[in-house]
Amino acid sequence: MSSIGTGYDLSASQFSPDGRVFQVEYAQKAVENSGTAVALRGKDGVVFAVEKLVTSKLYETGANRRIFNIDTHIGMAVAGLLADSRQIVETARTEASNYRAEYGGNIPVKYLADRVAMYKHAYTLYSAVRPFGCSVALGSYDEVDGPQLFMVDPSGVSFGYLGCAMGKARQAAKTEMEKLKLKDMTCMELLKEAAKIIYIVHDEVKDKHFELELGWVGAVTQGRHQKVPQDVYSEVERYAKSALEDDSDSGNDDM
Amino acid sequence: MYANPNSIINPSLWPNGPAPGCFFNFPGTSVTSTSSKSGIITRTQSPVTTGTSILGLVFDGGVMLAGDMLGSYGSMAKFRSIERIIKVNNSTVLGATGDIADFQHLKAIIEQKVIDEDCADDGFTLKPKALHTWLTRVLYNRRSKFDPLWNTFLVAGIEDGEPYLGCVDKIGTAFSDSKIATGYGAHIALPLMREGLEKKPQMTKEEARALLINCLRVLFYRDCRALNKHQIATITKEGVTIENNIELDTNWEVANFVIGYE
Repeated sequence: MSSIGTGYDLSASQFSPDGRVFQVEYAQKAVENSGTAVALRGKDGVVFAVEKLVTSKLYETGANRRIFNIDTHIGMAVAGLLADSRQIVETARTEASNYRAEYGGNIPVKYLADRVAMYKHAYTLYSAVRPFGCSVALGSYDEVDGPQLFMVDPSGVSFGYLGCAMGKARQAAKTEMEKLKLKDMTCMELLKEAAKIIYIVHDEVKDKHFELELGWVGAVTQGRHQKVPQDVYSEVERYAKSALEDDSDSGNDDM
Repeated sequence: MYANPNSIINPSLWPNGPAPGCFFNFPGTSVTSTSSKSGIITRTQSPVTTGTSILGLVFDGGVMLAGDMLGSYGSMAKFRSIERIIKVNNSTVLGATGDIADFQHLKAIIEQKVIDEDCADDGFTLKPKALHTWLTRVLYNRRSKFDPLWNTFLVAGIEDGEPYLGCVDKIGTAFSDSKIATGYGAHIALPLMREGLEKKPQMTKEEARALLINCLRVLFYRDCRALNKHQIATITKEGVTIENNIELDTNWEVANFVIGYE
């Protein structure tokens, strides 16, 4: 699978003989070790669902949030090293603020994703720094462009998505997503499906406790990104849990 | 670029140091353009597009702010739909008198502050007194550099469940009271507001609105830089409502009694 880097993996400014930058690949590994995060784009909004693994019962609920607000209208869900992702969040917020100061309005999420990607990429060029060990998904909704979703990975590559997943169970999550007809779904439907996916792909054996974090932005929130309100959250959680019981395959494939 | 006399006499002793007869800027400090060479202010210190009075009144359960929607360009009534009263968040409202450009500059900064707070999403929102104090600091520091923001601000809102009304002017004088008016309002409207509050210290929302509307009418009669198109903002525990484009009925019959008025 992954060859040992020996000697070519010490700095991001070195290529290996077979043309790989190991530091970037190791950063991607860091993302793969984190709890799953999914983002879905539908007809009138974008939703985020994160499997926030709770490593200690002593944590307050709501600690170490993984879905952030960038400006008023953009949501960012992160996977990977949380501290690294917090810096990306700050950078994104600064970019949005500068755009607002210069152009007097909301930054289109496409431009923000571009800038975040350029920023992350810059950290893959020099030996003095290490790449960011986090992937981020950015989403927003406005009347003109509709819902938009982008994901940026540690190498600085960014794509637009209808649905994306990051973290440990991303392959399983992607499989579940592909079953859905995302283009025609409303925000509420998307939220339910996203939560259901998280519950399905969550590994009960290896990671016991998790908190489901949900965020949405769409016509239903007038284009503002926010944490999902408590009543919607409870409804979605109930749906996801009951759908999990109905579904015979729990995604726990220990083959 | 003729040589500094010192560098001819003592070329190595103090390069970039003070020289007799020359103004010296200490290194490391920002040279604000208030004074270039000899400490004389070479930039005009007067407002360009201005807004006139803003009135503020505390009533039982909230605060109300009122002001017209005019941006005067000297004596010309140039911009007739300027919103001089803005909502900051669900518990705070800001009204401005004076230079509109300076107000818009601060407005953008305050809006970004509110966005940053929303992002943090930790349950804290800017309170009216906090905004008032922050404005005082900003205005006082600008005046101390001889570069004032030429405004008088009224901050109104609900602070810890209680109505709050505060004022700051361009030189950084700050205070809070249950009835405040800026500009000509301080001379014309404030006595009317004081009379109203003395008669009934805990007014209802409707009574406060009626009093303010009467004051706005008098101001339109008497202030030559006023317009008959107003904003009224009401802040209560339930939230903020700002009504725009309110036009008042006026009666100019009394003009006939003015000798010489045709």
